[in-house]
Amino acid sequence: MSLLQVRDLATHFFTRDGVAKAVDGVSFTLDRGEILGLVGESGSGKSVTGFSLIGLVDPPGRVVSGKIVFDGTDLVAAGEPAWRTLRGKRIAMIFQDPMMTLNPVLRIDTQMVETVLAHADVSRAEALERARQALVRVGISAPDDRLKSYPHQFSGGMRQRVAIAIALLHEPDLIIADEPTTALDVTIQAQILSEVQRLCAETGMALIWITHDLAVVSGLADRLAVMYAGRIIEEGETARVIERPLHPYTKGLIESVPHGKKHREMLAQIKGMTPSLLNLPQGCKFRPRCPRADDACLEEPALAELAPGRRARCVHPHVEALQETLVS
Amino acid sequence: MTDRSVASSLEPVITTKPLEVESPFRRIARAFVEDRLAVLGLVLFLVIALAAILAPWITPQNPYDLAQLDIMDGGLPPGETSFATGGTYWLGTDQQGRDMLSAIVYGLRISLLVASVSLGLAITIGVAAGVAAAYFGGRLDALIMRVVDLQLSFPAILIALILLALLGRGIDKVILALVIVQWAYYARTVRSSAIVERNKDYIEAARCLGFSHRRIMFRHLLPNCVPPLIVVATVQIAQAIALEATLSFLGVGVPITEPSLGLLIANGYDYLLSGRYWVSLYPGIALVVTIIAINLVGDRLRDVLNPRLQK
Amino acid sequence: MIVYLVRRLGQSLIAVVAMAVLVFLGVYAIGNPVDVLINPEANQAEVAAVTQRLGLDKPLWEQFVIFIGNLLQGDLGNSFVYGRPAVEIILERLPATMELAFVALVLAVVIGVPLGVLAGLKPDSIGGRSIMAGSILGFSLPNFWQGMLLILVFAVMLGWLPAGGRGQTVEVLGMRLSLFTWDGLQHLILPALNLALFKMSLVIRLARANTREVALQDYVKFARAKGLSARRVVTVHVLKNIMIPVVTILGLELGSMVAFAVVTETVFAWPGMGKLLIDSINLLDRPLIVAYLMLTVLIIVTINFVVDILYSFLDPRVRLSEVKG
Repeated sequence: MSLLQVRDLATHFFTRDGVAKAVDGVSFTLDRGEILGLVGESGSGKSVTGFSLIGLVDPPGRVVSGKIVFDGTDLVAAGEPAWRTLRGKRIAMIFQDPMMTLNPVLRIDTQMVETVLAHADVSRAEALERARQALVRVGISAPDDRLKSYPHQFSGGMRQRVAIAIALLHEPDLIIADEPTTALDVTIQAQILSEVQRLCAETGMALIWITHDLAVVSGLADRLAVMYAGRIIEEGETARVIERPLHPYTKGLIESVPHGKKHREMLAQIKGMTPSLLNLPQGCKFRPRCPRADDACLEEPALAELAPGRRARCVHPHVEALQETLVS
Repeated sequence: MTDRSVASSLEPVITTKPLEVESPFRRIARAFVEDRLAVLGLVLFLVIALAAILAPWITPQNPYDLAQLDIMDGGLPPGETSFATGGTYWLGTDQQGRDMLSAIVYGLRISLLVASVSLGLAITIGVAAGVAAAYFGGRLDALIMRVVDLQLSFPAILIALILLALLGRGIDKVILALVIVQWAYYARTVRSSAIVERNKDYIEAARCLGFSHRRIMFRHLLPNCVPPLIVVATVQIAQAIALEATLSFLGVGVPITEPSLGLLIANGYDYLLSGRYWVSLYPGIALVVTIIAINLVGDRLRDVLNPRLQK
Repeated sequence: MIVYLVRRLGQSLIAVVAMAVLVFLGVYAIGNPVDVLINPEANQAEVAAVTQRLGLDKPLWEQFVIFIGNLLQGDLGNSFVYGRPAVEIILERLPATMELAFVALVLAVVIGVPLGVLAGLKPDSIGGRSIMAGSILGFSLPNFWQGMLLILVFAVMLGWLPAGGRGQTVEVLGMRLSLFTWDGLQHLILPALNLALFKMSLVIRLARANTREVALQDYVKFARAKGLSARRVVTVHVLKNIMIPVVTILGLELGSMVAFAVVTETVFAWPGMGKLLIDSINLLDRPLIVAYLMLTVLIIVTINFVVDILYSFLDPRVRLSEVKG
């Protein structure tokens, strides 16, 4: 059985100006040890999906319907008590901005030890030792000195390593990483990426890597799920999605990534802007920006399996891409 | 750089367009009435102010005309009828048979008079000092702000106590004390918004056109300092009323012959413990309602006038 | 650091001197110093003698030098009423006021911070709104009126606590304090609460505003993602961050507590230096008035100075964590 099954998840924000359907009908599954890349522009609902999975959606937001079945338990039905026992222990999360994720007025050892003690009945000394080992594991040298420091004495990449170490403390089954390298320099980004890849292989934990950056995730993830306006619009194995995108949006996204193939080639871009979640277009949400849209798109399509392991939510998918593969 | 200067020179043109449709005053008034509590506060305050102004014509008796008082009516609880005139004392009487309702309205008159006169004087002095400090800068600015900082480092009540302890009681002396306590707030407020304004291009333009200092200060700088000034003034007038009441309660404020609400409360304070609560409680409620009404108006004005909160 | 220390000390001195000049002018220039400083009941010969002794026949600037000289020696004349040095009488009353101010400060923090945090965590709940409404009332209603209401409710209507006075005291470290007897404590609660209310409102506002800001920070969400209990998130991660601004402001407000004690002491007949001031004003005991004013100015300036210096020591860490946090 898969580790995580998400069915028709809907998370809405009840704002003064109306209901923002940040996540609306998201479904996917994740096996143990699998790495899923959750890709989308800002406002596509990818981060809210991540926070929904760990039960940390803040008011006015709320998971309104759907199932999040983690290792056989539906967390939406079981509610906060179930999440509380899992959070930090079996599901951990890494945030986007390492400058903001560590509490500035608490020492690193305090922030790590409290995490150990939250789920394990061990002595302080034992907890401190685990913290030290976790730092070593993410490649931090002189962990004893580091433990006694405050976050502001660390660089951004170092802080993100500490955050990852904290996430690893209880060897979770699933880590949700919300754009953890976006705020870092490219070189640090590469280091963190390979570090995470190594740790996933070592510990066998599953990873959901949330990002807007296709280039980053394509080398890391086993599978990709592309989100647009609160929905998954395409899903499949990473290499196949990148090479033969089915949804026009995914295609546009891939074409807008610079890829040193041709020198000075004009980059394609998707015209228009992400729609407001308060005022979504009728039918397919990508319709107003889509080069292939016609009247048939006024009816919203379902996420359909177009080929084995290839799903897309589109009336006019690029099926010719599939046929090419069949021919060749 | 060029872009920015073009943008800022276009700014006035852009902002005046919508203003032609709706004047700033009307826009603020419209936003103000959206908050019902603030409207209630405004109505309450207007009623209170009107009652205070019209006190001699609307109260049942002149509480300080001894000929109208009857000692037989002394210490009556609220709702009792007068032995002398047969009228009803809705809020009771004090020891001398003074109608508390009348005394309260007269007390309000004194309280509001002291507060508004001191407000006017303090604003005048504070604005003049603040604009001058911002416009001329340099030593004058440093001197004025030193005095302001020095004064604000001491609690207002201490400064007022120093002055009144040395000067003695009196309406004029309370007003003087309140002015001295308050001017610094206005000076600081006006200076900080005037300095922002001073550095804008149009003041430079006005200087180049050869306008006089006075014209630039009062025709150009000052109008831009009005919104924060209004906000500070509503806070300060409530503070002034409270401070005057406190000083009078302590017996260092207005003289016994012209009792404000604070002094009325103090006079009734001795009876509080013996059960004649009304002599002290009702003037207190009048004071509190006045202060709350002003605060409700002030809070809303602060929201409405704060450009950061405007959509 | 030393430069800052010296400059700050200079500012404090200027403040004291400015206030001394103000008091001096009030006594010697505006009023008639003979009236102010000599007992109204003295006869002609006594008046002449004291006039001579105080140098009131000398020019104003010379009198100022003498005034400052006496001030530096702690000599502010004898009280008319008590016939003893005014400074001595005030210092006897100082512990009562300090005890009141200190307990009030503790109450303001102990009650104000939790309420503020609560209101900050749930700003739109009924509880959060009522706490804010209460703090606005505490902020805007005159202190003496709040004190009267406390007496009316807890002393007159409910009869739970005494309406005034200081109650039984015990000598601790050479000061008579009420804090350590049951009777004294009963007498202390209402006045201390009264004096605390204004600062409490300030603390609630500060704590609420900071909590709202801190609660939105990623590190609070990350703390929750780590699986910490809600209690630990609030009491460690949120509280520790908001205490820095709260303590900073409160330290600077301590001085004004001493001044505001005048009102509370009068309402509750608490025998501290504030009550003494009002009594002295009513009895025209002017040396006592002058002594109170100078001493209070000195206390406030000293407190502000000490707090400033303390925070400039703490500053590097505070500033760093604020910038990076």
